[in-house]
Amino acid sequence: MKKFNKALSAVVASAMVLSMAACGGNAADSNSQAASSAAGSNTEQSGTGAAFVIGGIGPLTGGAAIYGTAAMNGAQIAVDEINAAGGINGAQIKFLKEDDQHDPEKSINAYNSLKDQGMQILMGTVTSTPCVAVADKTAADGMFELTPSASSTDVIVNDNVFQVCFTDPNQGAKSAEYISDKKLATKIGIIYDSSDVYSSGIKDTFVKMAPEKGLEIVAEEAFTADSKTDFSTQLQKCQSAGAELVFMPFYYTEASIVLTQANGMGYAPIFFGVDGMDGILGAENFDTKLAEGLYMLTPFAADATDEATVKFVDAYQKSYGETPIQFAADAYDAIYIIKAAIEQANVTPDQSVKEIGDALKSTITTIKYDGITGSNMTWDASGEVSKAPMAIIIKDGAYASVE
Amino acid sequence: MNFLIYLINGIGLGSVYAIIALGYTMVYGIAKMLNFAHGDVIMIGCYTVFLTMTRYGMDPYISVALSVVVCTLLGIMIEKIAYKPLRRATSLAVLITAIGVSYFLQNAALLLFGANTKSFSNVVNVPGITLADGALKISGTTIVTVAVCIVIMLVLTWFIKNTKAGQAMLAVSEDKDAAQLMGVNVNGTISLTFAIGSGLAAIAGVLFCSAYPTLTPYTGSMPGIKAFTAAVFGGIGSIPGAFIGGILLGIIEILGRAYISSQLSDAIVFAVLIVVLLVKPTGILGKKIHEKV
Amino acid sequence: MRKLNLKTMKKTTREELITFAMVILVYIVMQILLKTGHVSSLLEGLLVPMCVYSLVAIGLNLCVGYLGELSLGHAGFMCVGAFTGAFVSKLLRDSVQSDLLLFLLALAAGIIMASVFGFLIAVPVLRLKGDYLAIVTLAFGEIIKNIVNVLYVAKDDGGIHFAFSDPKKMNFDDSNGIWLINGAKGINRIPNLSGFTIGIVMILVALFLVYNLVNSRSGRAIMAIRDNNIAAESVGINITKYKLMAFTVSAAIAGAGGVLYAHNLSTVTATPTNFGYNMSIMILVFVVLGGMGSLRGSVISAVLLTLLPEVLRGLKDYRMLIYSIVLIAMMLFNWAPKSIEWRKRIAGKLQKTKEIKKEEA
Repeated sequence: MKKFNKALSAVVASAMVLSMAACGGNAADSNSQAASSAAGSNTEQSGTGAAFVIGGIGPLTGGAAIYGTAAMNGAQIAVDEINAAGGINGAQIKFLKEDDQHDPEKSINAYNSLKDQGMQILMGTVTSTPCVAVADKTAADGMFELTPSASSTDVIVNDNVFQVCFTDPNQGAKSAEYISDKKLATKIGIIYDSSDVYSSGIKDTFVKMAPEKGLEIVAEEAFTADSKTDFSTQLQKCQSAGAELVFMPFYYTEASIVLTQANGMGYAPIFFGVDGMDGILGAENFDTKLAEGLYMLTPFAADATDEATVKFVDAYQKSYGETPIQFAADAYDAIYIIKAAIEQANVTPDQSVKEIGDALKSTITTIKYDGITGSNMTWDASGEVSKAPMAIIIKDGAYASVE
Repeated sequence: MNFLIYLINGIGLGSVYAIIALGYTMVYGIAKMLNFAHGDVIMIGCYTVFLTMTRYGMDPYISVALSVVVCTLLGIMIEKIAYKPLRRATSLAVLITAIGVSYFLQNAALLLFGANTKSFSNVVNVPGITLADGALKISGTTIVTVAVCIVIMLVLTWFIKNTKAGQAMLAVSEDKDAAQLMGVNVNGTISLTFAIGSGLAAIAGVLFCSAYPTLTPYTGSMPGIKAFTAAVFGGIGSIPGAFIGGILLGIIEILGRAYISSQLSDAIVFAVLIVVLLVKPTGILGKKIHEKV
Repeated sequence: MRKLNLKTMKKTTREELITFAMVILVYIVMQILLKTGHVSSLLEGLLVPMCVYSLVAIGLNLCVGYLGELSLGHAGFMCVGAFTGAFVSKLLRDSVQSDLLLFLLALAAGIIMASVFGFLIAVPVLRLKGDYLAIVTLAFGEIIKNIVNVLYVAKDDGGIHFAFSDPKKMNFDDSNGIWLINGAKGINRIPNLSGFTIGIVMILVALFLVYNLVNSRSGRAIMAIRDNNIAAESVGINITKYKLMAFTVSAAIAGAGGVLYAHNLSTVTATPTNFGYNMSIMILVFVVLGGMGSLRGSVISAVLLTLLPEVLRGLKDYRMLIYSIVLIAMMLFNWAPKSIEWRKRIAGKLQKTKEIKKEEA
């Protein structure tokens, strides 16, 4: 046994040395890569287009992979369009994506890896908790960071971070306001994910705003990441408490089970979701009848008929064979917003990360952007976006906007 | 009245745990290993049914049969490649390899089928029962799941008691070396156990996704761990124990959520589990372990 | 000369010295590389996580390798350590000026809390065996994670507000105070107090502690319990006492790892990926792959497996798939009886050629 242990540690130790060497090699590689790309950009400067290196971070594997993948796909489409149309001020975009598995530590690894590859601007991260951790690193490096979909207010405490999506409190407040303004219901039941930052963030503000808006919360039921298969109890409690409207601040994956189970038990209140609900009609093989009459407050609808959305949805379907969800749209807009800010600030790819960052963070507050996730988007120095949410109802198996 | 509704919901959820736990407990009982990849075999089974039904329009029964075949083959393959070389090593080594297999299946599914949620259509075409003037509803899926669970339980018990292969399994689970000396093909028997366990996983998967119709590459991991808990609850290795453990786990989860706190339902389930194990250290129907010096 | 010394000294002492030398050597090499700017940002960022996982693996090895009890809940102890540590350092940030002192206070608090939890969990450990014990530790880990998610603590001029599961009850207005623990949002804006040097020092201390423990009378008792607890009991070893001791120390080290983890990130939340059973299992992978009862192996495999997915980033979409294949392959290589036999043969051949060469010379 001793001998075996010895052999084993020898083997493992040598493997480690090898991997260290490999890692060192990597470092050298990426250093030289960065150097060569820098050199390249220097020489290309006189020529036609050096490249802006934009990095994207999001969960591409793990339980949240669906959101990160969508965001990266959406961003890629924007990058391809921009590059095909001649780039930003003549400079092409080089888009690099890294996986963070929806974990803050892995997200920092992804960030560092992108930095090694020469990233100048960060489009990310896709989810809130990792974004809080990464935002600290970008602040230290002075890098400009625009997150498509990390909606927690903790994300934007640093002055270099901006959001494309609404903040969680904003969504909670807007939902309460909408329900009360349109007199949809007064007795509200809430189902939310108590282990999720996004979901509990929206719920907290909704609950706080409800009394002001004359809404009575009759049931407040949670589920967690570890028990999100069965919602019968939560629905039963809402039903017993007489909830006329069930507020569901979470994603469509779980919502589709909620709708199925509510249908099974014959409970038909008004269901009301927020931006995470978008995508429910796009889930392969989903019985759209179940979602009939579902309201959602979202900035994006995949079957909106304006030219920009149609173009984006077509391109997305062509490339990835699916209907894009809101995450994809947010990231698509994020790339175009970065482009607009770069053009306004007139920065060039050969400037340092910090120079670009400083220029962009002051410029973004001066631009006004019309995108597929909202028109007339503006930003203040806090990093929060100002845009109007759209209310959408599902009618005859399709999204329709309600006025 | 509400209590009865919760109880029925609990049985519905529990029956799904139970059917997954049956596969877990059977493999554990014979091969003495925790097959952490079991939940992911379930996921592969679900994708098989989903794809054959929605993309190729197959009959539900044929696609379920096909999924059983796919999972059985997959189980045999996993056993051959990843577990068999470690037969004489410590059981912990196999456990870790099983985790590797679980990661492999999840990531392979992610690459093959994409991250997007699929909506599973209910393949169970049985009407539910309505009691007490429509106030109590038992869904067809629950009835079928419980029935299938009981049938599988009975068939497995019969199989182990009355067939040669079953007796061989029993012998292997008692003492591998002695069984080998008596002329039992130990490797073959363990492979057979995996084949049956994985075939059961396919059926469990179909019923699971019929009850809770979303499908992602990570669908299997959470019910897998819950079923493992259920199997331990009932006494791991015991076939009726898995059934009882699963049903009880479902009922505790639902009642805890309904009457104590919906935020803490996980904690409640696991707290009850700990208490039960403190009172009965080998689970509800587990065999007493006799220690030898 | 040096080789001779190494040969004459006690075998365990030699093994230990090699481990310490290895850690210190890695530290020195890394420092030189860092100072001369030869380290990529990725590797630099990984240094502290590598220390975190090495620490927790050392802790778990005491439990699994020396005590022989399978624990699937060490992420729970990490979670306790991380939250306690981050809570303390956030609470005392304004009153303690020195970063090091603040970290040490947080560390002490984290270790104490984790030990308390370890002790509490060790009580059922005494009654249960094997997989039943594993599931109880897994259950404890999940309970801890679940409870942390509904914990609300905030601080304002009026003092500290506390609520369990319902933040409305604590009548706290976040405009004139700060959240310390905010439910699922966890703890944010944690001061970044950890570093590579601190991490290495913690590893060395942990190694020193565990080596001393296992070589002491208590350690021999612990291993006697692992090898045969009835025999151990019959020669008068107090099984309860030693099991409690080993499990508590093991939990304390995991808690220390948690404190280091929390102070490396500016945010800590309890999610299934960082403090769930997945992480507990990952730590178990480090221990089993490195060899149970070999602390050096634990450290090496923790470092290796933390590096591996990052080194594989170049593979893009196939990264995690390849990672899982490598994991399976490494397990088969390390543990399969056939592979062990093959390695012995190769080692024997090498030995022979060496001897022949010596003779020729």
